Amino acid sequence: MSEQDTSASSGGIGGRAVVTLGRILISIFIPFVAFVVLWGGFIFLRDTNAPQGIIASVAIIWGVGGVALLFWVADWVVNRLPLQTAKKLQPFVFVGPALVILGWYLFIPALRSLYLSFFDARSQAFVGLQNYVFAFTDPKMLESFVNNLMWIVLGTGGAVGFGLIIALLADRSRFEKFFKALVFLPMAISFVGAGVIWRFVYAYKPPMEEQIGLLNAMVTFFGGEPQAWFTMQPWNNIFLIVILVWLQTGYAMVIISAALKGIPSSIIEAGRIDGATEMKIIIRIIIPSIFSTLVTVATTIIIISLKIFDIVFTMTNGNYGTEVIASMQYKQMFRFLHYGRGSAIAMVLVIAVIPVMWYNLRQFSKREGF
Amino acid sequence: MTLEKRKAAKWKVVINIILLFIVLIWTMPTVGLFISSLRPQDEVMNTGWWTTFTDGTRFNLDNYRQVLGGRDHTYVDAAGNTVRASGDNLSQAFVNSLTVTIPSVIIPLLIAAAAAFGFAWLEFPGRKIFFTIVVALLVVPLQIALIPILRDYQRIGLTGSYLAIWLAHTGFGLPLATYLLYNYISTIPRDIFESAFLDGAKQMTVFTLLVLPLSIPAIASLAIFQFLWVWNDLLVALVFLGGTADVAVLTQRLASMVGSRGQDWHLLTAGAFVTMIIPLAVFFGLQRFFVRGLMAGSVKG
Repeated sequence: MSEQDTSASSGGIGGRAVVTLGRILISIFIPFVAFVVLWGGFIFLRDTNAPQGIIASVAIIWGVGGVALLFWVADWVVNRLPLQTAKKLQPFVFVGPALVILGWYLFIPALRSLYLSFFDARSQAFVGLQNYVFAFTDPKMLESFVNNLMWIVLGTGGAVGFGLIIALLADRSRFEKFFKALVFLPMAISFVGAGVIWRFVYAYKPPMEEQIGLLNAMVTFFGGEPQAWFTMQPWNNIFLIVILVWLQTGYAMVIISAALKGIPSSIIEAGRIDGATEMKIIIRIIIPSIFSTLVTVATTIIIISLKIFDIVFTMTNGNYGTEVIASMQYKQMFRFLHYGRGSAIAMVLVIAVIPVMWYNLRQFSKREGF
Repeated sequence: MTLEKRKAAKWKVVINIILLFIVLIWTMPTVGLFISSLRPQDEVMNTGWWTTFTDGTRFNLDNYRQVLGGRDHTYVDAAGNTVRASGDNLSQAFVNSLTVTIPSVIIPLLIAAAAAFGFAWLEFPGRKIFFTIVVALLVVPLQIALIPILRDYQRIGLTGSYLAIWLAHTGFGLPLATYLLYNYISTIPRDIFESAFLDGAKQMTVFTLLVLPLSIPAIASLAIFQFLWVWNDLLVALVFLGGTADVAVLTQRLASMVGSRGQDWHLLTAGAFVTMIIPLAVFFGLQRFFVRGLMAGSVKG
């Protein structure tokens, strides 16, 4: 860099112009090459008939390498600019890609969905609040609100409750790690996979045949009639919520367990010396000291239950009175192709998370250093 | 004193028994699925998986062969008839899932690490406002983006391509990744940066040679988190990858098997287990990082 500068200054005006021109050309050339490489990869991936394994490898190298290449080229170009401009632009080399993608994928879509929610199915005619009237009065929508509320209350309550109980018990056991690992395990399983697992537990066969589902086998073992659990309204919602509780208890347990370890043992010892029973210590000392953790865990699971989709989609597809908000939105989008209603329902979900968002922002603005 | 000690010991036993009971309930569904996936079709369909323990069974991999294979598959059923059944080609879906997942983990982490470095250590106009937006977007449900992004994709012909879903997962994963990596990167001591800049290092050099290596623990935890999220996702794949079988991922194939073969328990159990193999391996191999990632925060939209 510095050598180039001295040679340019000694070469007079003509030389300097040539060097500048050369720089500009290179500055255009390098991004151009990068673009050609990326575009070539895209065309190859779009049109190729190569074996799946090769396509997959090329796709991975192209996708990941492409991002690294873009960062490198952007940095290279910015460093060729005059020093003052380069300094101003440099931070945007780092935050720019994130801002563009966040803008395109989340921030602007929120505004666009709001806009589309005032239009008809094909987003052509303005319909005012009609889609919102649908969202808040349609019987299926009202059913989904009630169900979602059940998901939020029972799903969150169940997962946090079991999580707390298991964490408290495991804290007092020598085999803590073993117990916790097994309860935590379902966290790795997808909602769809968990759906199949529980479908099998709930499997139903007519009374004369041998039951292959665990639950019906237990019912018949104790002399009951086998039940088709998924069509039992409104209890079928609870059978679906059990799947979420089964999946999320491990998460609640791990976080709560870590918080329990953080309570200074001196407070608990003081309680013991005062002669408090174990139950009193839990209610008066332990729960108040981990309260903020409980709130965080509950909030996370509330948001998961609010957006619940996969379980309902694979298990009942919203039939037998199990519709939830997200499955209604999916149906409006893909079955009825009604983008207006789909957008309005998505806005309902956003409105529901606004309190959490507001809380997060308030916590954030309290933080130092920003 | 000894009486109290004995009482305490008794309590320990009671606690362990209760825990054992809970853990049994928690693992039974998965164990049942796994055992069933190894049993022959006629046994899976007619007797409970628990009878294996009393009646014995001839475990085999036929169910896996059938769900993984793409071609038709013939076998002899209990009555001695030869039956033709179509394969579910989960092996292709498995490769598709890998193709979708690997870039969907690396790309957002790379972009988020760069952004986190920018937010934490560089001065630029709008820094605070932009970061506030990142925090606000943490809990925004991704449903909000489905229709607008789908319209964009239809306009530029991107639906059903891998690029489409990589970008979507990148967009939806970025707020959390940026936020958590910011928390981590902003705690790197200032002296390290100052001495590097004094030595004349460029920002890109500082980022690639200093910040990235120092953030490996945080990036590893996040990578596991994002991996499980993408691998287990159904909604984003359904919307942006479309229904064509040659790009469908495991969760999509499994969901459609539930729809089309709802009673073929021998296949459903094997299929479900195929989708779980990698996440379970990740879970058992990297549990420590996984737990650390969860601790850092997990409110995601």
